[in-house]
Amino acid sequence: MDSATSEANPGTTQSASDRPPLLSTAANGLKIVIVGGFGVGKTTMVRAVSDIRPLNTEETMTRAGEGVDDLSAVRGKSTTTIAFDFGRISLNESTVLYLFGAPGQERFWFLWDRLFSGTLGAVVLVDTRRLDECWYAIDRLEAHGTPFIVARNDFGGPRHTAEQVREALDLSEDIPLVDCDARSRESSRDVLLALVHHLYALSTARTAREITP
Amino acid sequence: MKRPGRDEDPDRLYTVTGGRSRSAVGADAFDLVTLVVSESEPVRGMQSEHAAILRICRSPTAVVELAADLGLPVSVIRILLGDLLAAGRITARHPRTVRAADALPDPDILKQVLVGLRNI
Repeated sequence: MDSATSEANPGTTQSASDRPPLLSTAANGLKIVIVGGFGVGKTTMVRAVSDIRPLNTEETMTRAGEGVDDLSAVRGKSTTTIAFDFGRISLNESTVLYLFGAPGQERFWFLWDRLFSGTLGAVVLVDTRRLDECWYAIDRLEAHGTPFIVARNDFGGPRHTAEQVREALDLSEDIPLVDCDARSRESSRDVLLALVHHLYALSTARTAREITP
Repeated sequence: MKRPGRDEDPDRLYTVTGGRSRSAVGADAFDLVTLVVSESEPVRGMQSEHAAILRICRSPTAVVELAADLGLPVSVIRILLGDLLAAGRITARHPRTVRAADALPDPDILKQVLVGLRNI
């Protein structure tokens, strides 16, 4: 069986009794996905803002990318396992935001609709020393129509101007590009705020268009 | 609760679901972040995974958290939840995010997210 792992370590998984339970009034789960290459800091960012230590789980799919339509196929060798990790933030009495760290590799995108339909939006986390690693992720997000912003995690490498990064990523002007330190709770929170501000602007602009014929 | 091993053994997955890939109730209705709440306590003789879900879901718990806790793929958890829902042993609180399938998130929900994030 083929197995893809993110930088998450299953050994850090905690049991249900170790983490604080949600309020009994919790009723609406929301999703934001942080996409990025191996070692770019996805899990670090999730950990920085999460109410719980990041958990790790997986989904299994057939090689054809159809998901597990027939579990007898799982008995054969034609399955791939995609691992991803996540944390959560209780936003108020009823709303819980789940943050997913997702590998950007090609086969992962077969599972996007199955796992992440209904996602509010995505953060593409990039290491400016390895910008090419996120080209594919940006292509796929655009293809899926998922709104996103780009956050560059500061690894202390040579500085590029925002214009240089935009050009390298072929990023249009209306997509926010922010800097961050994924280890910092404040900085990571600000990345999420930047994404949600972007989503809010898109959402209200569309509403205005719907009202004004 | 003893956490089952993460052995990725396909035979185990096959056994847990009795070889089914679809449950009586549409298992696909369970989003990763659907919050599941127990409506009854585990009973003697119940399949251990069903019993574990009922114990964990005494407080609302997302589908993806159950997958992590039980060490099972999300698709298998969805099938187990379909069983429990059909038996009336759980209720599901599905996400309310968008007004239509292809729509952007509701501005009112986004406002709640902004306020909540500013408070962390």
